[in-house]
Amino acid sequence: MTAPTVDGATTGAPDAPRTVSTISWKTPIALAVVLALYALLMLLAPREGSARFALSTPTDFFQIPVYVIPGMGTAWVCAAVAAALLVVSVLATRDGRRTPLWVTSVYAAALLFGFLAWAAAGSPRDLSVVGLLGGAVALSVPLVYGSLSGVIGERSGTINIAIESQLLAGAFTAAVVGSLTNSPWAGLVAAMIAAALVGLVLAVFTITYRVNQIIVGVVLNVLVIGLTSFFYSLVLVPNTQTLNSTTRFERLPIPFLERIPVIGPVLFDQTIVVYLMPVVVFLVWYGLFRTRWGLRLRAVGEHPRAADTVGIEVLRTRYRALLIAGAVGGMGGAFYTVVSINQFNREMTAGAGFIALAAMIFGKWNPIRAALAGLLFGFATNLQNVLSVVGSPVPSQFMLMLPYIVTLFAVAGLVGRSRPPAALARPYTKE
Amino acid sequence: MRLELRGITKRFGALVANDHIDLVVEPGEIHCLLGENGAGKSTLMNVLYGLYDADEGEILLDGEVQNFEGPGDAMGAGIGMVHQHFMLVPVFSVAENVMLGHETTSGPGILDLAAARETVRSTADRFGFHVDPDALVEDLPVGVQQRVEIIKALSRDAQVLVFDEPTAVLTPQETDELMAIMRQLKDEGKAIVFITHKLREVREVADRITVVRHGKVVGEAEPTASDNELASLMVGRAVQLTVDKEPPRHGENELAVEHLVVARPDGQVVVDDVSFTVHGGEILVVAGVQGNGQTELTEALIGLYPDFEGSIRLDGEELKGRSVRKVLDAGVGFVPEDRSTSGLVGEFTIAENLILDRTDGAPFVRAGSLQLGLRDEFAREKVDEFDVRTTGIDLPVGRLSGGNQQKVVLAREMSRELRLLVAAQPTRGVDVGSIEFIHKRIVETRDQGIPVVVVSTELDEAVALADRIMVMYRGRVVGIVPADTPRDVLGLMMAGVAPESEGDAA
Amino acid sequence: MSETPDRHSADSSDNRLAADMEKVDPAADPGLAEALEQERAREADEDRWQDAFHRIISGGWAVSLGAILLAVLAGSLMIIVTDEAVQQASGYFFSRPSDTFAAVGEAVGGAYSALFQGAVYNFQAETFAGAIRPLTQTLTNATPLIAAGLGVAIAFRAGLLNIGGQGQMLMSAAAAGWVGFGVTGLPFPLHLILALVAGILAGALWAGIAGLLKARTGAHEVIVTIMLNYVAFYLLSYFLATPGLMQAPGSANPKTPPTPESAQLPPLLGERYNLHWGFILALIAVAVVWWILNRSAVGFSYRAVGQNPRAARVAGIDVSRSTVSVMLVAGALVGLAGVTQVLGTVTTGFGADIDAGIGFDAITVALLGNSNPIGVLGAGILFGGFKAGGSAMQAAEGIPIEIVLVVQSLIVLFIAAPPLVRAIFRLPQPGSKPKKKRSQAARKEVAA
Repeated sequence: MTAPTVDGATTGAPDAPRTVSTISWKTPIALAVVLALYALLMLLAPREGSARFALSTPTDFFQIPVYVIPGMGTAWVCAAVAAALLVVSVLATRDGRRTPLWVTSVYAAALLFGFLAWAAAGSPRDLSVVGLLGGAVALSVPLVYGSLSGVIGERSGTINIAIESQLLAGAFTAAVVGSLTNSPWAGLVAAMIAAALVGLVLAVFTITYRVNQIIVGVVLNVLVIGLTSFFYSLVLVPNTQTLNSTTRFERLPIPFLERIPVIGPVLFDQTIVVYLMPVVVFLVWYGLFRTRWGLRLRAVGEHPRAADTVGIEVLRTRYRALLIAGAVGGMGGAFYTVVSINQFNREMTAGAGFIALAAMIFGKWNPIRAALAGLLFGFATNLQNVLSVVGSPVPSQFMLMLPYIVTLFAVAGLVGRSRPPAALARPYTKE
Repeated sequence: MRLELRGITKRFGALVANDHIDLVVEPGEIHCLLGENGAGKSTLMNVLYGLYDADEGEILLDGEVQNFEGPGDAMGAGIGMVHQHFMLVPVFSVAENVMLGHETTSGPGILDLAAARETVRSTADRFGFHVDPDALVEDLPVGVQQRVEIIKALSRDAQVLVFDEPTAVLTPQETDELMAIMRQLKDEGKAIVFITHKLREVREVADRITVVRHGKVVGEAEPTASDNELASLMVGRAVQLTVDKEPPRHGENELAVEHLVVARPDGQVVVDDVSFTVHGGEILVVAGVQGNGQTELTEALIGLYPDFEGSIRLDGEELKGRSVRKVLDAGVGFVPEDRSTSGLVGEFTIAENLILDRTDGAPFVRAGSLQLGLRDEFAREKVDEFDVRTTGIDLPVGRLSGGNQQKVVLAREMSRELRLLVAAQPTRGVDVGSIEFIHKRIVETRDQGIPVVVVSTELDEAVALADRIMVMYRGRVVGIVPADTPRDVLGLMMAGVAPESEGDAA
Repeated sequence: MSETPDRHSADSSDNRLAADMEKVDPAADPGLAEALEQERAREADEDRWQDAFHRIISGGWAVSLGAILLAVLAGSLMIIVTDEAVQQASGYFFSRPSDTFAAVGEAVGGAYSALFQGAVYNFQAETFAGAIRPLTQTLTNATPLIAAGLGVAIAFRAGLLNIGGQGQMLMSAAAAGWVGFGVTGLPFPLHLILALVAGILAGALWAGIAGLLKARTGAHEVIVTIMLNYVAFYLLSYFLATPGLMQAPGSANPKTPPTPESAQLPPLLGERYNLHWGFILALIAVAVVWWILNRSAVGFSYRAVGQNPRAARVAGIDVSRSTVSVMLVAGALVGLAGVTQVLGTVTTGFGADIDAGIGFDAITVALLGNSNPIGVLGAGILFGGFKAGGSAMQAAEGIPIEIVLVVQSLIVLFIAAPPLVRAIFRLPQPGSKPKKKRSQAARKEVAA
């Protein structure tokens, strides 16, 4: 897939090593395949009628009328836009340049909009854009916190397959402590502590005992499922009133802002855990790339021996990273039992930890990108909910599959190369 | 600052890596620690740097006994180290690497990058070289990376500086520049420990010389001592680095490489338009400083870089586009540069390693099944023939010594019907006895009329073994010259300066 | 171009070796490393006997036993703290501590007696045939664990972590089930064989996707197999929820029709027991995998790739092909597990939970069995027994079966960390002697 043609242009500087172009055709090929599949769907399953998009909620400053647009017409216009962008990508690749990010972004947005128009066509119900986006934000909370947990751990050199168990442990503990204290805050803090403890176990086995990190992660997931399910049936179920019914965080609508159409209800009528999300994302990003803590953490994840030789305690740094990562993951776990609903259920995280892992990879180990990927996957999950309301022709199972398929494409390098931290999965021994 | 090591002893099990070593380095002095690979130099320095705990002995700085728990303590006490394998984070910028571990911060833990850039600039200016503080280390040439290491040590106000085999990756020119830096540091009053096994460098900069052998100090020498004196001190007997061989008799086989271009996956060209011919019965030594494309050249020869440009023809047969399997089947024997990562499966037995390349059919595989009896018979035969010192053919190969491991590789690669032998660094990390054996086998192969390509970074070995020498620099061929070319000409060629009378570029 | 895929698999091959690490950095000091090795080779000769003794107490068996003991202790603790009688008695612990101890004894004793009687031999049964019924149930449970455990183990030996057991089982169950109830009119052995082959093939292909992506693009097999698990789950859910595809006619439940008798694995010991011929297939698989790994040329290349992919490649072994082919074999073995479920154990129709967590259990089975076929057989039977006994324990003592998950995962954690177990039981650490096997992990670290 790589074009090994010699690129004379970069030979300029006498000291710079000569390079050849390694721009691959993967991006245009991926775009073409997706577009072809989209067109095939439109051709094989055309839909009659118009799509109705509702943008407003009753409390907005002003009301925007429901947009009614022709379903298939819009779908094909979007396909045309996507095709034009595909051409741009092909041309760019042929000239040995990367496909610009805006091209892939607009391409994706166009196809998504076209797909929505197609799916909602002919439905008598309005497709609520607010419901779509608001739900996406809510569903993405555990994914975003989980992916941040993954980013912090992996940047320090430890693969964290155990995000799932951190979410689950957090959810369980938040339910019990939240119920006992009647305080969602206490539940949140307890969840962070519980998930940090899972992180500690991961650290003990991977850092001190140098057990294969993936194996510890997989086993921890099973262990936490076993523990939480065991105590759930034996302790929580008989004592639901005292141990498993929490007070949830209240929504905190922000005055004025919440009444802006579309973004008001989506962004400014949420709970504190959701408001904290961008703050934590920023803090993690800033911490990793602008502080001493982050510089050292990344150093032990990239080249632990080099870090050691300048006096950084590699193992301690990794331990601390996994504890902090666990606490962040625990915030996502708390979402289940003190934000979303008010009680714990067996295996209630249902694989969200693995989607969070996928978001981290998709986000190339960068907290901001990972959070955006988490939002994207939350959106995909919620899309299925919203489409089932308007009576979508796409089976829900395929919508639910989407995040995983996207991740498969991502790790296969079709969405651009990414480079994990160099010392990932390598235990460190000084002597 | 005056450094003194007293009676340092470090044992690994029954092996004594350092045996009561004493060493004194005065401020404003360059003290050379001379010794063969494995003499215990690096171990000693790792003890000094707090990476190893000494079993006995003490470290004194300005007369005070130090107790280093880790490198942090050593650095805090004023010891700086320029490591043989650079201790730099490739994806960090120069400034980030320099500040790592003793970061300047503004506010609570927030990095002050501006200050770090300033440190880099001012230190670099002091020595008259330029380093961009914002460049990523992985984008910098090796020589510049080494300067970053030096800046790193100086930015911590190191008073004792240890250079661990610093010239292994440098061209002669860069080596000269490094020597100048070392002299300047000495003039500033630093105490400098210079670890090396290259005699010329020692005599050029050393104020005092301590020679170590088998973990012991075997003597001190003056910089005025002759090469022979130093060498015999170092090795413990008179060294003879010549290989007995007849003048070449050209055979029928021929390797012809034309306009070979090899690029790494990231697009960097590592072998750039290389053309040469090796006749049967001739040894072509590819010389040059490590990392100038020799490794990739040999790997391309056996098909590890399938999409190179240009052509590789063996007896007129094009090898381009063939898998490694097909190249081996064409009669190519390959001794890879790093036997532990590329040549052998350490956990496999000697017998298993000897048939590692024979899993595709008869005689060792019949109907998908390994012929264990035949394999063991073959293994015993080869162990005898190649004088592999072992307790049995079922010993995991990783438990053999380096020289015996290399003999296993050689035995495997020479047991097929050969039309070409490619050997990369065949004697690296190998004891003197095995070196002689390996050289003998390589010459025997040549005398059978087979073309032989040997990569060597040791000029002595290159001169001793070669019929012709091809010098590579930055992926290009600087020239192909006869083996009796003067050393200084070869040295210049290794720095990229073409010889005045161009050799045959065929 | 295939440099990158190697990197990730670096430490997957033998985590146990990672425990005893190298003291010397051979790259920094090649000569010293060499001298050390010579030293080791010399020693190896001198004290073989002492060495053998040392290995028995510090090595595999003692650690495995210790790990099982620790995990069982932890399980006991869980039983004790949740047992009502214990809780009541501990309420007045300081006035009559003996009550607490009696209650603890009763709770733990009752639980483990139920476990044993549910897994091995039922003393309360009136006939011998009834008494060994639990043992046959254990073997029935062990059947898919062995097969899937082999699938994980063989991939593991080739340096690949197959976390995709769930997906592979689901796809194989779907294919075998579909041939089972979808194809009609075939006579008994033919129909069964067809269903078997279809299921095994489906498992192989599903795992093959992961192998192909790894070989071609360097995508990490762990991520790919995890993602494929979910894709398979939703795919099967879709089949099951769609009338005309796999949903039982006339039903609204996401469940298939039953497997017809002509496609069922016949009972092994008569109708009275659940044990079926799938167990024999699993035993055959053990033998086949043993042959592949120890005697065949492909197995040799798998192991070479698993231990040192770079050296394998240089020696002319096609690493990409090995990767794909070992994943196909692994998938086929896991597929066998799915097939025995659908055609032997659960013949009344199945849902999307037919994998029953076996895909993940298989990882623990492979680890406990040290990735060798005989070990996997033993570990599979042990965990099969836990499962059978766990159900009995749940029925008799009201202890949730999830305790089995906890015990199982703890066993694996402890087994993977021998120094921890040795420290707890004060067994000699192998590091107390200079005889250290050069660790793979150390070398990889250095190679970086």
